[in-house]
Amino acid sequence: MSRALLSVLALLLLAAVGCSSGPEPITIYSGRGSSLVGPVLEDFAEATGISVNVRYGDSAELALLIEQEGDRSPADVFYSQSPGATGHLAGLDRLAVLPQETLDLVDDRFRNGDGLWVGVSGRQRVLVYNADLVEEADLPSSVFEVLDPPLAGRVAVAPNNGSFQDFITAMRQVEGEDVARDFLEGLVATDAPTYANNNAIVEAVGRGEVEMGLVNHYYNHRFLAEDPDLPSRNHRLDGDDIGALLIAAPISVLEGTDQPEAARMLVEFLLSAEAQEYFATETFEYPLARGAVAAEGVPPLDTIDVPPFDIDQLGGGLDATLELIRSSGLAG
Amino acid sequence: MALLAVLFALPLLFLVQQAVSFGQPVWDAVADPANLAPALRSLALGVGVALGTAVLGTACAWMVTRTDVPAARLWAVLLSLPLVLPSYIGAFTIQAALAPGGLTDEVVGVSLPAVEGYWAATVILTLLTYPYVFLLVAARLRQLPANLEESARLLGHSPGVIFRRVVLPQIAPAILAGALLVFLYAVSDFGLPQLLRYDTLTRVIFANLLDRPVSTALALQLGVLALLTASLERGAAGRLRTETRVGDRGRVGLRWPLGRRRPLAVLGLGAVVVAALVGPMTVLVYWAGRGLVSSTSRASSVLADPGQLLAPVLGSATGGLLAAAAATVVGLPIAFLTVRHRGRAAEVASGLVVTGFALPGLIIALSLSFFVLRGPAVVAGLYQTLPLLVLAYVIHFGAQSLRASQVAVQALPTAVIDAARTLGAGRLRRLVRVELPMMAPSVLAGGGLVLLSTLKELPATLLLSPPGFRALSTEVWAATNDAFWADASVLALILVLLSGVLTWLLVLRRADALA
Repeated sequence: MSRALLSVLALLLLAAVGCSSGPEPITIYSGRGSSLVGPVLEDFAEATGISVNVRYGDSAELALLIEQEGDRSPADVFYSQSPGATGHLAGLDRLAVLPQETLDLVDDRFRNGDGLWVGVSGRQRVLVYNADLVEEADLPSSVFEVLDPPLAGRVAVAPNNGSFQDFITAMRQVEGEDVARDFLEGLVATDAPTYANNNAIVEAVGRGEVEMGLVNHYYNHRFLAEDPDLPSRNHRLDGDDIGALLIAAPISVLEGTDQPEAARMLVEFLLSAEAQEYFATETFEYPLARGAVAAEGVPPLDTIDVPPFDIDQLGGGLDATLELIRSSGLAG
Repeated sequence: MALLAVLFALPLLFLVQQAVSFGQPVWDAVADPANLAPALRSLALGVGVALGTAVLGTACAWMVTRTDVPAARLWAVLLSLPLVLPSYIGAFTIQAALAPGGLTDEVVGVSLPAVEGYWAATVILTLLTYPYVFLLVAARLRQLPANLEESARLLGHSPGVIFRRVVLPQIAPAILAGALLVFLYAVSDFGLPQLLRYDTLTRVIFANLLDRPVSTALALQLGVLALLTASLERGAAGRLRTETRVGDRGRVGLRWPLGRRRPLAVLGLGAVVVAALVGPMTVLVYWAGRGLVSSTSRASSVLADPGQLLAPVLGSATGGLLAAAAATVVGLPIAFLTVRHRGRAAEVASGLVVTGFALPGLIIALSLSFFVLRGPAVVAGLYQTLPLLVLAYVIHFGAQSLRASQVAVQALPTAVIDAARTLGAGRLRRLVRVELPMMAPSVLAGGGLVLLSTLKELPATLLLSPPGFRALSTEVWAATNDAFWADASVLALILVLLSGVLTWLLVLRRADALA
């Protein structure tokens, strides 16, 4: 290898390493993307002077990483896209109990019963549909209608997606195991199209490959922001239907963190009026702190009456849901 | 050698340790007949893509190195590049372009059937991975002295006969090695089969990640499948006699005049480049342009602040170059020991290296996390540093440089080495002055494969990179995940550009100079 190449390598190394100094930062493992939460985490660093190290990744993969790291984990805080991955760590006793003052900032519908996490913001389950292909009169009021004519076989799902899995977990808790099993087997029996994830469903609905799909409300807002001509629209199911479930993005503090104070400050910052407004207006999500107001055009939180759901309070949690999905034969 | 073997064994050791600690549920999952069908589909996909790339990659390599097709060097760069498109991006863009209601439908008005299932997955993966075969075979062809082919031509044989009887036997190990890498890539790929709704073993693993016994059992199955395939390939390659005949090294450049078929050849190569590279990139450019027009107001958008691109470009280049250099250095001794001395330990090491490529990057990252943090303070201190990240890349992609080096060692002409020995050249001197220069094109091609693979690597980069480290692949993934298509497109285009520049500078230009 030539000398020139070696010196280029050395320079690159210096450039990559040469930016680390100051007091011990707080380390956040975030299953939520940098484009969503990066700005608000920067605001925290600016407001408090505490520097933040964020490791972005897939929520489930980060939870597995924390599991393998054991008590030597560099992570102080785990910020997850969905309660399933957080529940995995709760089951391993890796999460610390949050102070009562912190917990009280959030309605008890959106926090863990044992005080291990609070929801920061929420996404609602909706039915996305192609307005060119579907008559509004045909749209269902309950998610269970997708198993019957005229909707059977026309509504796509993403069985590998964490939010779909959380939705099934909630259904098991609220409606019972048998209803959840029947629902999954009904999807298989009616040949419901399956897709890789929410993005793929919204994309396919937008171009008319499939007419409808069960997704989180947030994706279509993003798609329309990039291409306002798309015919994909969100349809909310009835407020008390399990299909209108609100899924919280939970934040938790790791057991054994050496930065409990900074971690608590971070959680409280994310629940502050400033951060909650960011989620409402910039990411089209529901702010979950008490007193926070949803953005215009997003239906108010009070109209969602789905019973509270807490994955940790459910026997078997996510494992049992995955087992149920596997045995139903739903795959895709 | 033993240390190397242990390092490469870490992912398998980790899976076995986990499997033992979970006990019975793991065996239940292994025995679950429901998992058999996805495993067979993985196998079918792997075999289909391996066959497809063997044909396509070899044909392209022959055209570029053995015919007078115009702008051969440009083709050589363009034909290598599809490898750098992360397969989920490739699949997503091709789908967006061709599917009903997609861009072709919208712009041209031609409605095609839905892009999904076995054939869609096989064809698209073939288009995205044939460079494995192309790079290795082209490197081998550049090394082959032309005198045998010339003699055959003087004897009046047609190009087809010469290819089959003279060229093919000499490049067969390179084709096999490339096809093996493609097979391993296909069975371990997750994003593409899932997007194209072809249900493979990796889909079951990732859908059940948090059900640890199930995902562990299935990952183990994948590892065993890789070991079996690799040993089959080693067996087949070992039976081929491929030592280069001593020839006039100065006259490698025998090129068939294509004559009136030249436009046809250009058309063929063009079609490959369009389908595998230009097509997906056009979709990316379209999305990026749409983002520029609608002027995304987000401050965090790369469109608003292109200065943000610097850190990920530097990070990707650093990681990729270090990984390529390290994998080459690690692969060479194993290649010599396995081919020259048929060492038992080296064969085991070689098998383990190959398994590293078949296991999902996530497993590699988790295993390193598990072992490193449980090690002594010196080792644990390496956690989430650049050296450890590079180690993860080497474990994951070492198979690529190793197979390339093995092909090169196997092809070394013993007569020349013997002559050097007779003339009194010591082991080291023979290596530096005689062997390495002759092996250079293949070894560089192997390094290039590692480089391109590292540039698009995702899970290990996400989980093990040093705090603050940013790479293009992870930025593309993040933007895609949150449906920021304009940002994702710009980043992916820059990733392709960076790969093109690095491949040209470090691999193809040098290989040309050496040939």
